[in-house]
Amino acid sequence: MRIGVDVGGTNTDAVLIAGRRVVASTKQPTSADVSSGVTAAIRAILADAGVPAADVSAVMVGTTHFTNALVERERLDRVGIIRLASPSGEALPPLTGWPEALARQLSGAIFLLPGGYEVDGREISSLDEAAVRAAAVDCRDQGINSIAISCAFAPINAAMEDRAGAIVADTCPDANISLSHNIGRLGLIERENGTILNAALASLARHVVASLERALADLGIAAPLYISQNDGTLISAADAARYPVLTIGSGPTNSMRGAAFLTGVDNGIVMDVGGTTCDIGVLAGGYPRESSIAVDIGGVRTNFRMPDILAIGLGGGTRIHLPPEGAATDDFAIGPDSVGFRLTEDAWLFGGSTLTASDIAVAAGKASFGDASRIPTLTPALHRAILDKMAAMLADGIDRMKTQPGDATIIAVGGGHFLIDDNLKGAARVVRPDHAAVANAVGAAIAQVGAQAERIVDYDAEPRAAAIEAMRADLLAHVIAAGATPESVEIVDMDEVFLSYLPGRSAQLRMKAVGSLADEAGAVALPVAEARHAH
Amino acid sequence: MRIERAAQLVDLAGGAAFLGSGGGGDPYYSLLLAEAALTRCGGFDLMPLAEVADDALLAPCGWIGAPTVSVEKLPNGGEAVAGLRRLEEIMGRRIDAVLPIEIGGGNGLAPFIAAAELGIPVVDCDGMGRAFPESQMAIFNIRGLSACPSVLTAADGSLSVIETEDNVTHERIARALAVSLGGIAHMVEYPLSGAEAKAHAIPGSISAAIAVGRAIREARAAGADPFDALAEALEATGLYPHCLTLFDGKIVDVERETRGGFSVGKVTIDGFAASGRMEIAFQNENLVATSGGKILAMVPDIITVMDRDTADTITTEKLKYGQRIKVIAAAAPDILRDDHALSFVGPRAFGMGHDFAPVEQLNETETA
Repeated sequence: MRIGVDVGGTNTDAVLIAGRRVVASTKQPTSADVSSGVTAAIRAILADAGVPAADVSAVMVGTTHFTNALVERERLDRVGIIRLASPSGEALPPLTGWPEALARQLSGAIFLLPGGYEVDGREISSLDEAAVRAAAVDCRDQGINSIAISCAFAPINAAMEDRAGAIVADTCPDANISLSHNIGRLGLIERENGTILNAALASLARHVVASLERALADLGIAAPLYISQNDGTLISAADAARYPVLTIGSGPTNSMRGAAFLTGVDNGIVMDVGGTTCDIGVLAGGYPRESSIAVDIGGVRTNFRMPDILAIGLGGGTRIHLPPEGAATDDFAIGPDSVGFRLTEDAWLFGGSTLTASDIAVAAGKASFGDASRIPTLTPALHRAILDKMAAMLADGIDRMKTQPGDATIIAVGGGHFLIDDNLKGAARVVRPDHAAVANAVGAAIAQVGAQAERIVDYDAEPRAAAIEAMRADLLAHVIAAGATPESVEIVDMDEVFLSYLPGRSAQLRMKAVGSLADEAGAVALPVAEARHAH
Repeated sequence: MRIERAAQLVDLAGGAAFLGSGGGGDPYYSLLLAEAALTRCGGFDLMPLAEVADDALLAPCGWIGAPTVSVEKLPNGGEAVAGLRRLEEIMGRRIDAVLPIEIGGGNGLAPFIAAAELGIPVVDCDGMGRAFPESQMAIFNIRGLSACPSVLTAADGSLSVIETEDNVTHERIARALAVSLGGIAHMVEYPLSGAEAKAHAIPGSISAAIAVGRAIREARAAGADPFDALAEALEATGLYPHCLTLFDGKIVDVERETRGGFSVGKVTIDGFAASGRMEIAFQNENLVATSGGKILAMVPDIITVMDRDTADTITTEKLKYGQRIKVIAAAAPDILRDDHALSFVGPRAFGMGHDFAPVEQLNETETA
């Protein structure tokens, strides 16, 4: 059985999953040290299900910890930055365009060294190994233990980055080394930014992963620990300790993956209604559609793949501002402010004196919680108008997100899912799965291992079919090495962009592969009754 | 006009991206470079075209190459100055000011870095009024000026001087050189006198771009409609007298292929609530927008796809399935719309089988 944990800012959710069945779930407050909240949550579900720790085959954790550290700029390491591209790129040194305070906080030392590749694979200049070694010594002498290494066109040829990393490791055996080709795709500045952020998180990541591992050991769980990534796939705890930045967007992804799993709907629209917003995302083939816009993390531009989420300012705690005395009925406003997590104190139906979207919905009989008799009575016309406006906001969100004509299947999750009507405009049907409130922990629990690759290929030099096959074979081997069973591995996404202004027929080829972990495929014996569910 | 605040450069980048008509590349890296130069030198002088002396020597400049390469192989910073210095040696005199060869995309910001290094002004004008895929589509070629002597420089310090009889050959050689230099190079071309610039250049296009970028930014900050602000600001420049929203929807398909070194393709956009469909054919830049079998805009008029919430320009290489967008069209400067200019930059110059019709006429019924 698998355990999925989602560590959010407020709550730590955990689920125990056997095959395709959710056996137990819980919501616990997130603890300041992360691990005690995780321990409490796991202990609760194991006790609830009466399952011994030895039966757990894997633990998957999604966490916002690293995102928060970057946004709050706390517990970050100083970073030594080595870029291999000179003489190219000297006009745009690392940290250009960063928020000044963050750049000052992180910047240990910057080295612009010879190296890098041209688009056709030639070297811009050869690697100066002595200069790399000198930079490493300089960092060591300054007490800088986190080193970020970037190199022009490293996603196409990683050899120079690997060599520089080996030299630094040789000089500073204790250093945390982040290589850009493991972190981002084409776009040197954005990839380098991600690498620097990753290096800044190095000590914290080691600490968090070690404390999670200790928590599992204390619980008597010997199963492997995985951390979920931005794209909904898993990396090992050891990899997460080295590449924490790859996990920072996993929250919404896990929520959408969990929604797909709980409903069996692979293509549809997920509406996750929280206290402040309704987050709308599109599921395509069981995975979230990715955003194509540059992603800012703590004010730093990166090119990570993140799910494309449209947030609408309507959640359970959204404030409803009634028309002023004597004004027309339609002179009300919905939000954008919200009482947020204070809903259970501030809303009328919980004894407060603020009118919220939850009050409106409960008064209309869409949900029953709190004390409906406390909700102030509105004129039927005004009540109707507010409900219509809320429905229109949600319908507009669906229309903006969907990419197929016709109505879409809607999966309603989150604590405020009752705001979504069954007959919402644009919805072919609305599915409300059980365990919707812990969809993100479910998403973590069911995640697969995956890998992505990117190359620029000249099809005149290398036939298209051969190039695609070479990348495919390489990726599949990668996923199997990460723990997937060979028969489960498949290519789930391929993207080919032909490039202008280059000779011949050059294309940027991208591919993504995923596979199931061994236990899921049956290598770890499940009880017979559970095994039937596994299909 | 003095540019001394980073916000002005951000505005210029935003406006230049719009005027790129989908081409010219994402100006983000050019913006970072210009910001770094601003920090170093404290400000740039933007000189109105009318104030340029007739006998001044002006040098249009910009980057030539593949946008995809330019995000990995970044500039050294010495390219532009090296090219301009060599041009000065060849011409036997100082260069008095620089200008962008094209305002659209990243090249709209390119000359600022060189100007800062040399301590000379940037003239408020450019050679295209938008972005075009090839150097000989510049107004200077249309009006019979020579691209040469022209100097190509690269990050490794290499430098090539191009001397050709005709400007199409110049473009072909420059393109081949850029490829062999790693896919991207800096080019100084069409050196011209102040009098020639006043007669032929597209006047006021840099300040127009700044005004457009600023209008979008301020509207966004105030919670107002950025597209209304864009149209108002653009029409107020006088240079781009008409601007309208052609379509509002989401991208349902993007087809691409490479033909003759160009990224050629078509993007299909479906309106919200099943309200029609638009197709835009592009060749690096957006060329023609069609809906319901009717052409609604065509080159050289500007056709730009923008994020419908933020009004950020989406260049053709970044068009992607699922994006929620608006298609904005603007009339090109008049100077690009006469019959002679259209033979270089009109629909037939891009292999299409029809004549040019202005966007304001094509949409007359809609706007009336």
